[in-house]
Amino acid sequence: MFYREAGDFKTSYVDDSQTFPIRFDRMRYYAVLVLGFGILPFVMNDYWANAVFVPFLIYAIAAIGLNILTGYCGQVSLGTGGFMAVGAYACYKLMTAFPWMPMPVNVLLAGLVTAGVGVLFGLPSLRIKGFYLAVATLAAQFFLVWLFNKVPWFYNYSASGQITAPERTLLGVAVTGASTPAWAKYLFCAVFLFALAWLARNLTRGTVGRKWMAIRDMDIAAEIIGVNPLTTKLSAFAVSSFYIGIAGALFFAVYLGAAEVGEAFGIQKSFLILFMVIIGGLGSIFGSFAGAAFLVLLPVLLKNLLVGGLGWPTDLAAHIELMIVGALIIVFLILEPHGLAQLWRVAKEKLRLWPFPH
Amino acid sequence: MPDQLLYAMEVSLNGLMAGIMYSLVALGFVLIFKASGIFNYAQGVLALFAALTLVGLQQGQIPFSHVINAIFGTELHSFGWTLPALVAIALTALVMVGLAWLIERLVLKHLVNQEPIILFMATIGLAYFLEGLGDVMWGADIKKLDVGLPQGISETIDAITFNAFGYGFFIDRLDIVAAVVAALLVASLTLFSQYTKYGRALRAVADDHQAALSVGISLRFIWVLVWSIAGFVALVAGIMWGSKSGVQFSLSLIALKALPVLMLGGFTSIPGAIVGGLIIGMGEKLFEFFAGPLIGGATENWFAYVLALLFLVFRPQGLFGERIIERV
Repeated sequence: MFYREAGDFKTSYVDDSQTFPIRFDRMRYYAVLVLGFGILPFVMNDYWANAVFVPFLIYAIAAIGLNILTGYCGQVSLGTGGFMAVGAYACYKLMTAFPWMPMPVNVLLAGLVTAGVGVLFGLPSLRIKGFYLAVATLAAQFFLVWLFNKVPWFYNYSASGQITAPERTLLGVAVTGASTPAWAKYLFCAVFLFALAWLARNLTRGTVGRKWMAIRDMDIAAEIIGVNPLTTKLSAFAVSSFYIGIAGALFFAVYLGAAEVGEAFGIQKSFLILFMVIIGGLGSIFGSFAGAAFLVLLPVLLKNLLVGGLGWPTDLAAHIELMIVGALIIVFLILEPHGLAQLWRVAKEKLRLWPFPH
Repeated sequence: MPDQLLYAMEVSLNGLMAGIMYSLVALGFVLIFKASGIFNYAQGVLALFAALTLVGLQQGQIPFSHVINAIFGTELHSFGWTLPALVAIALTALVMVGLAWLIERLVLKHLVNQEPIILFMATIGLAYFLEGLGDVMWGADIKKLDVGLPQGISETIDAITFNAFGYGFFIDRLDIVAAVVAALLVASLTLFSQYTKYGRALRAVADDHQAALSVGISLRFIWVLVWSIAGFVALVAGIMWGSKSGVQFSLSLIALKALPVLMLGGFTSIPGAIVGGLIIGMGEKLFEFFAGPLIGGATENWFAYVLALLFLVFRPQGLFGERIIERV
């Protein structure tokens, strides 16, 4: 009834090719923006920021990054944790070496450094395909974590081997360090997420994105119609690593404050983000958001339910939680292998026809 | 002979032995990948689960006693018996077969014809689930597994090498047992797949699912069979690794050790799993021996992967993998 193209007349090509062609979608998009930037920062408190919103925003950035590589370009990667570590350590080195540099510049430069490392580890993808490549990216994961553990230069020779984010302010408000207000953390990450998601949406529907998808769908055929696999695959690795590096930098500087590489950026992180991408939906920006939200909220809910609600001991609850997460993932893959994004598409299609059945 | 060379020989021998332990895990991967095209990440957790079950059965622990105690406030811990090792192993093998049947029934049946990555993710979900289940069933504390395998330094080899070179090599007797068991396992798997009816059916399924179906082979039975065999291989790996380093969570991480072995040997080749394991085991021990002190040590975490990666650049299907032929 209210959700349809009919009656929404476009008078220019720009209008015709906009991201949200249906008026209801546009309104919803603006409503989310108003909620995210106009209301939430004012009601944010420490618990909600640290337990839900900041991890959600950061994981969403990482999930978009991995989705570009895996969902759009078809290259499965298990090295996400390692690339996040590159972003985190690059950010740390920049923060401590150039204390005067504004924080957003640090984060962006950390992303660029990660993009370079990503291209390096992406080179084998020109020869290796499928699961062989997935396992090969594990080399990046283990090597990078080892490197940051063993070379003291990366953690500035600190005795604990940890990296700790010093306080940096932006426009007079602390954005990293212990005295950061919850709303500043939230807003800092939210601005990055918004900008990066907007960029990703527009990249993926332009020339670059179409080349990625051509390579994903059939690389040989893509090559024959003139898509250069070298530049296409490496650009996917670069853009994806750029996003993941930014996520890593934010994860360390804004969310954790102090990090130990094996614990914060281990192999579990790679799997977690891959889960987000798969459960959210491969090849969908909305799916990255949905997957990140699902996997951030699920443990919080389960923990509140089992420990808070039923009063079980924490270690037992942790094991049961593991079982439930595992079982849910399987159930999810069985019921909807294309992820939450597909459910969303189906719902929208239903809504477009409603109230008529056909 | 110079000392350095002797040390290097000892290190590489130990590396070969460690490589056999990796191969034991890699074997399970290859079996499942060949028969169903599923990249089974849960193989390491299967080994952990098998080892936990074995210890639990042997020591007569009551399954789920932690949960029962937490809910009903009881103080249940143990049935108070100790089973002989062989009985416990047989029972655990039965449990693994049951588990294979359940996995086929509840998971794989519903995921037929999905993309490989979806199946791979499902096995990661399965790994999480089994990890939690193992801990909930048997408790998360570190357990000692003892089924009567010999342990400690092998005096015979020590004596032989001492007579030959004037320096006795340190080889763990457990590693020798593992090597013998691995050889037996590969031999019996080869015999099984070459000379029995079900073995032939297995190879037919590995070759072509549809053709196998059309000559009347039940895919679902074959899958249960192959997961049972993989469960049994996991049990063997679990016993070996559990005897070596105790039964604990880190046992499930041996899957990560087996992956570069697979890459090197090829995902579809049983001899590849063995040869790959030997190369990786020896390579990483030697690299740690020569280059480790120069660059900070603990290189074993990544060396295998980098080696496999470099190797794959020259031969994308691994040493013995089937050649990848692409048609448009």
